[in-house]
Amino acid sequence: MIRLHDVSKTYYPRGRHSASSAVTALKHADLHVPQGQIHGVIGLSGAGKSTLIRCVNLLERPTTGTVTVDGQELTALSGSALNQARHRIGMIFQHFNLLTSRTVFANVALPLELMGMKRGEIRERVTPLLELVGLADKARQYPAQLSGGQKQRVAIARALASRPKVLLCDEATSALDPHTTGAILDLLRDINHKLGLTILLITHEMEVVKSICHRVSLISDGELVEEADVGDFFTAPSTRLGRDFLNDFLELDPPRALIERLEEAPGPNSHPVVRLAFSGDAVSTPLISRLARECSVDVSILQAKVESIQERTLGLMIAELMGPAEKTREALDYLESHDLQVEVLGHVQRDD
Amino acid sequence: MSSAMIELILEATLDTLYMVAVSGVISALVGIPLGVLLYVTRPRQILAEPTLNRVLGAITNIGRSIPFIILMVAIIPFTRMLVGSSIGTNAAAVPLTIAAIPFVARLVEGALNEIPPGLVEAAQSMGATPWQIITKVLVPEARGGIFTALTVTAVTLVSYSAMAGAVGGGGLGDLGIRYGYNRFNPTIMLITVVILVVMVQGFQSLGDYLVRKSDHK
Repeated sequence: MIRLHDVSKTYYPRGRHSASSAVTALKHADLHVPQGQIHGVIGLSGAGKSTLIRCVNLLERPTTGTVTVDGQELTALSGSALNQARHRIGMIFQHFNLLTSRTVFANVALPLELMGMKRGEIRERVTPLLELVGLADKARQYPAQLSGGQKQRVAIARALASRPKVLLCDEATSALDPHTTGAILDLLRDINHKLGLTILLITHEMEVVKSICHRVSLISDGELVEEADVGDFFTAPSTRLGRDFLNDFLELDPPRALIERLEEAPGPNSHPVVRLAFSGDAVSTPLISRLARECSVDVSILQAKVESIQERTLGLMIAELMGPAEKTREALDYLESHDLQVEVLGHVQRDD
Repeated sequence: MSSAMIELILEATLDTLYMVAVSGVISALVGIPLGVLLYVTRPRQILAEPTLNRVLGAITNIGRSIPFIILMVAIIPFTRMLVGSSIGTNAAAVPLTIAAIPFVARLVEGALNEIPPGLVEAAQSMGATPWQIITKVLVPEARGGIFTALTVTAVTLVSYSAMAGAVGGGGLGDLGIRYGYNRFNPTIMLITVVILVVMVQGFQSLGDYLVRKSDHK
């Protein structure tokens, strides 16, 4: 439904086109979001998320590459053809961007007015949308009278008014408190279900990715560095940045005192410290006690956590494996053979 | 005070109102679109035309920098061509209008500048044309600011119209100079000033009311 092919965006400072002063915000991005999917792009601020999503509806025209939405190559369009195509792409924003001079009803009606729709038809279209977002009773109020969450609901209704195939969400929950964020995400999931709408969202919050996305891409310094199903991403991110995001989200870092003692190479008298991620069947298997019995190593659990990621359960643990070197190696092999992500964080000297 | 005097004051008041109304309406009709044009042709704006923007900006600045009393005298040939005379209320309305147009334009441009850029971006994402952005987003969102601009202009026009009295433009300024100043009549002088103050207050109150009504922020 949305396809970005080799999209780059370079900004030149005003008036100059020299390569030295240019800033490349997006580098050779390839992205495909199939019909009906919710795809999240996560990254730190300044990573190029906003540029990426603005390239999809050509609020920013890519310097190179092509953007195709619903089979139509947008990068080949301009002027009124592009405006027509934009009617089929809804967008919501971090700061809602509602018109203060219009009532809730008139805000939702705006895209329909732009399309030249008749008053009666507009009324028929807007009223059910306000019901869908739960604001039918606020139709005559002005945005200033609404809370942040209500404003975003109005913005969602407005984005849906033209019956788009695609919804772009630009940090749509970043200005909202956690409770309201949850409610807005529920609404987006609901819309995705009911209308089969394809959603591309950008965010810096793992919570958003965890609760509604099917797939996720990681953006760093203008490049899409990782893409995975959300369940896989939360169990085994393949990049360093992905692991940092996950650890920050899970608040699962080895204790500070341990980090200071960690050494990269194993010594003659050291134990490995491992980070284990369980998912699927491994969660319900009593692996730790089996490890102790079958490999005869002792396991000291330093930190542990169980999370539900959509329909999957994810267990995470940081543990020290205590025993002779060959036994701990055996233990690591055993763990790896049991469908479990093992990462050796380092080695600590034996205390005794 | 004689009834002739009262009639004179009444006539002068109406003359002033007439000059302010004519120049106010025409300068709004020309100044608001000019202000919009100054805004939308800025670099990176919806109709970016940097060259046109610079030319318009320069003309506007020239208009704003000429002292009104000099402008009034300097354009007498133009005024005469337009209204057939260089004295009277119609003749005074010409320089008043010309002075007010760039004034209105800059104030309107400033009002538009207050609109968060995200609103324009949202409209663009909905496929709005530049003309739709102007008529459905920029102007309605700046309505309060535009009313403020017109109020400031009306008040300025009241005082400028008094200046026009100095060169035989008619109105309260003319009355104040001829009867109050030249004939040493402090009562007339005081009455003229009081009427001008009341007039300014009236415009300001009306303007404030319109701004309040259009402001839903």
